[in-house]
Amino acid sequence: MELDNIEFKSLELKDIYKEFPGVVANNKISLKINAGEIHALLGENGAGKTTLMNIIYGIYQPDDGEIFINGRKVFIDSPRTAMNYGIGMVHQHFMLVENHSVAENVALGLNRTKFLNPTEDIAKEIERYSNEIGLHVNPDAKIWQLSAGEQQRVEILKALMRGAKLLILDEPTSVLTPQEATELFKTVKKLVANGHSVIFITHKLEEVYELGGIVTVLRQGKVIGTTTTKDATKEELAKMMVGREIIFNLEKEKVEPGEVVVKVENIDVLSDKGIKAVKNLSFEIRKGEILGIAGVSGNGQKELVEALTGLRRVEKGKVIINNKEIQNRGAREIGEMGVAHIPEERIKYGIVPNFPVYENAVLRDYYKEPFSNRGFLNYKTIKDFTIKLVKDFSIATPSIETKTKLLSGGNIQKLILARETTTKSNFIVAAHPTYGLDIAATEYIRKLLLKKRKEGSAILLVSEDLEEILQLSDRVAVMFMGEFMGIVDPKKVSIEEIGLMMAGSLRKQEENNAHLN
Amino acid sequence: MHISIEKRGYVSKKYYTSVYLISIFVAVILSSFIFLLRGINPFYAFSKIFQGSFGSPFGLKETIAKAIPLLLITEGLIVAFKGKFWNIGANGQLLVGATFATWIALNFGPYHSSISTITIMFLVGFLGGALFGLIPALLKVKLGINEIISTLMLNYIAEDFVEYLVYGPWKGKTQYGFPYTDNFPQSATLAQIPGTRISYITLIIALLSAVLIYLFIEKTKYGYEIKVTGENPHAARYSGIDFVKITIIMMLISGGLAGIAGVGEVAGIHRHLTYPAQISSGYGYTAIIVAWLAQLNPILAIVSAVFFGGILVGGDVIQTSLGFPFSTINAFNGLILIFVMVGNFFTEYKIKIRR
Amino acid sequence: MDLIISILQRTMVAGTPLLLGTIGEIITERSGILNLGIEGMMALGAIIGFSVTYITKNPTLGLIAAILSGGILSLLHAFVSITIRGIQTLSGLAIAMIGIGLAGMLGKSYIGAPLSVRFSEVAIPGLSKIPFIGPILFNRDPLFYIGIILAVVSWFILFKTRWGIIIRSVGENPKASDALGINVSLVRYLSTFIGGCFAGFAGAYLTLAYMPSWIEGMTGGRGWIVIALTIFAQWDPLRAILGAYLFGGVDVLQYILQPLGIPVPILKMTPYFVTIIVLIITAREVMRKHLGAPKSLGEPFIKGEK
Repeated sequence: MELDNIEFKSLELKDIYKEFPGVVANNKISLKINAGEIHALLGENGAGKTTLMNIIYGIYQPDDGEIFINGRKVFIDSPRTAMNYGIGMVHQHFMLVENHSVAENVALGLNRTKFLNPTEDIAKEIERYSNEIGLHVNPDAKIWQLSAGEQQRVEILKALMRGAKLLILDEPTSVLTPQEATELFKTVKKLVANGHSVIFITHKLEEVYELGGIVTVLRQGKVIGTTTTKDATKEELAKMMVGREIIFNLEKEKVEPGEVVVKVENIDVLSDKGIKAVKNLSFEIRKGEILGIAGVSGNGQKELVEALTGLRRVEKGKVIINNKEIQNRGAREIGEMGVAHIPEERIKYGIVPNFPVYENAVLRDYYKEPFSNRGFLNYKTIKDFTIKLVKDFSIATPSIETKTKLLSGGNIQKLILARETTTKSNFIVAAHPTYGLDIAATEYIRKLLLKKRKEGSAILLVSEDLEEILQLSDRVAVMFMGEFMGIVDPKKVSIEEIGLMMAGSLRKQEENNAHLN
Repeated sequence: MHISIEKRGYVSKKYYTSVYLISIFVAVILSSFIFLLRGINPFYAFSKIFQGSFGSPFGLKETIAKAIPLLLITEGLIVAFKGKFWNIGANGQLLVGATFATWIALNFGPYHSSISTITIMFLVGFLGGALFGLIPALLKVKLGINEIISTLMLNYIAEDFVEYLVYGPWKGKTQYGFPYTDNFPQSATLAQIPGTRISYITLIIALLSAVLIYLFIEKTKYGYEIKVTGENPHAARYSGIDFVKITIIMMLISGGLAGIAGVGEVAGIHRHLTYPAQISSGYGYTAIIVAWLAQLNPILAIVSAVFFGGILVGGDVIQTSLGFPFSTINAFNGLILIFVMVGNFFTEYKIKIRR
Repeated sequence: MDLIISILQRTMVAGTPLLLGTIGEIITERSGILNLGIEGMMALGAIIGFSVTYITKNPTLGLIAAILSGGILSLLHAFVSITIRGIQTLSGLAIAMIGIGLAGMLGKSYIGAPLSVRFSEVAIPGLSKIPFIGPILFNRDPLFYIGIILAVVSWFILFKTRWGIIIRSVGENPKASDALGINVSLVRYLSTFIGGCFAGFAGAYLTLAYMPSWIEGMTGGRGWIVIALTIFAQWDPLRAILGAYLFGGVDVLQYILQPLGIPVPILKMTPYFVTIIVLIITAREVMRKHLGAPKSLGEPFIKGEK
């Protein structure tokens, strides 16, 4: 299929049904998208948006239902078929080969790629395209060297160069700074003006209004309604999305910060590639205080968290907890100082998926009395403890013997929080604690963090969700290229300022005397 | 028509068991093609094999004699495999254990009582296997060397070393030029159940090892750490489990048990050190399949070891009465391993067919 | 001087089967499939090559049969690794056992039988007259030249063509490749098959050029050394040439040192020792340069998995 000769008039879904073990992801979804329109797909996490898009893109097959393109019934059995119909998709987690160059990534699977010297022509074409649409990217750069925004451009280029007329963007702003997001909106509008159609998946109401146009709201796998931004108010859309009145009126009580619990002095930390990811960083967190770390991921947050929790070497500087130097002491010893760690990618780092719930409940404390005695584990005590955790934290599980991987994301996260915070509460390091969770679980977890704050824990909260950071934190540090662009008061700072700081173009002192670099 | 493969949720014990039994059955059926390749009626071949392994008192005794070292090695491999350490080097660890024990038998045995000699032989046999298992463990944790390659290379090195000993410095003066060491003194040999080549002590140790390894894996702190390390190394790091320490513990046990199997072979069966293929007819490799057939369950491994003991005896049978080389057994073993994995597939996934 | 030439000539012969096997394993691993079964596929290739040549008196036919036999056996590994998502390490070991077992069985009647025809040396006009280098490099059996050419061609395909991008992308990030409409399973099946063909070729080299007779266990662990060489070569066929002939030299070293009175079993250990040492050196280099195996090596790809 050659570029530009694909005709796209409309895409229509009828009664799409898709089930995964234990959940109905899409329950009889019907939807129509016409050429030249922006169609926002709004819904909270777990509403079935991504599953639906993966069905359109041929990654999943629906269990039931029909798809029509330009009025003709079609079977999209693979991404290749989808591409032939002019459908392109930019996934939330980029589908890029990190160790390959931009040109190699674009050339992959592209029909007009030459057999010999495949990247030569492609590189030229990338340059031409970048200039036309304003998507600038160096074709010879390796993907891992690029920022998230640049990687997203590569993804959009990939789709366009395959002749995509309908572009699906799955939560595209989640990895961008507010300014980069604004740029993206411009690009989207430019594409639509050129005759492309865009499906924009999001859970952020603001974005729907920024884009304007048609919006379909999904909830629990069902279409709640389709409307336009002109016809519906924010409040109405919000209600459609969550099925009840506006949430998140979190009560944040005033807590007078106590003595300094955590003191970080001039630390340097290296990334896996051996590059300095955290540069000469210093900060303090007091008892009863939440320090939020905002920033686009990949700016050293991961390395900072790992350094504080003993999973990564601190090359230089000191980490002091309760007046004791703990840098490079190892995860176990740091855990014993009362440091709780809610890791990012909870299933990869936080649990053993094949273990029953009770074995994961003691993942960090199994070796201590009363769970362990002279080298033997006391399973009776462990199970009793787990039953109590499940009850206290209302973790939904068929039984404590159930394999943990069969629990929902929210319940897995509750289990991790329960385990970490019941035994360790001096200092809580929480990395993306609500990422990918539904509203109820998100709310539960945010409340829990506030409760721990009130009880006197010092909390470091790393999140890409600005709303979450601003709501929960007492102070917000914005991280860029391994440094803090400043630590600000969330009540006094504007979103624009934080955006500039996330992009590294503004440094700000705590006393609010901003100046542009 | 559209075929897709989907994950199963819960699987009943009954389904699980029947899938495995069917898998093994299919593997056996398919292996009959190997006989057909040489124009031998597979039914005739299987009846011969069955007679030789389980169907006669003599065969049964031989089967059990071979199941003992298999079980000991398997128990050790289960520990390593649970921790996702691919110990393919049990053959070498067995040989080193046998060599260490031989040194004690020849140099200490003649002057000491049976009890002390035998005890020390088992201890140094364990030590020898454990130390030889420690090498790939250290290479992996300190330098990141792939353990599959290092354990395999160490197998060859151990074989060549034993060969060097029995053809060279340790060659017996009373063995008429055969590549054996001198026979062990009485104090260094194990009593056998009369009329068999099964020694009481090794049998008891092997069965005991199954129970102990079960308790170790399921009830102890180290067992838990090994399981976490094997299932999710990221979570192990996060939990603060010492990867170096736990890998060393795994391999000391794994190698040690193989070493004990080696002691059983030289002290209980051959009563001298001989060339490597004689001491171990690939026990270290066969045990890998024993372990997976038992789904890494230390108790089920007893059944699985007896089954494979029978197959090894069957290997002797097809060699003597059907003219097949012993190595043919490898093909059977490989086939069964493949079908264990096919069985795993059917317990984890289901195939959905739609119009 | 003649001694050195003779040593280097033998090095070339001993290194060729290692080179062939390593090129194949590199292609397979670049697509993300770890096939530990080389030893078995080589053994099968060796006996099939031998027996077909023995019967037909045509070594080319023998070679083709050997290549196919390795390829076919590797398809079993592909099936277990790709279609039923089995543990690749175990499947590879099973393939090794099946190959060794079948070879032992098929070869029984050929033990001690001499092969009257084989691939013998072909002097390249002109080049073979160059002093020193000529007799070492340009007066070899045709399979030696083919091996070198295949290494270069494989390198070219992997790094300079569209196929190469596809194979490497599938090995690095199958999910991304799948999302672009690449048939990941097909690419992996083919790469595994090609790897198996190379292993069969390597086996045939042993019986049709290296030592024209069959003895059980004649692969002697070369299949395992190939796995190590793949790491040493950093998944690059050109580096594989260096590695393979280095090991060929180690193999020959045994025979040179024999007259010095070192016992044979001790000499036999050298290649295995050297393998471990080479891996240690490679490990250091890998750590320093942050190089590594294809990212999804050994991981099954499950299409559409959440």
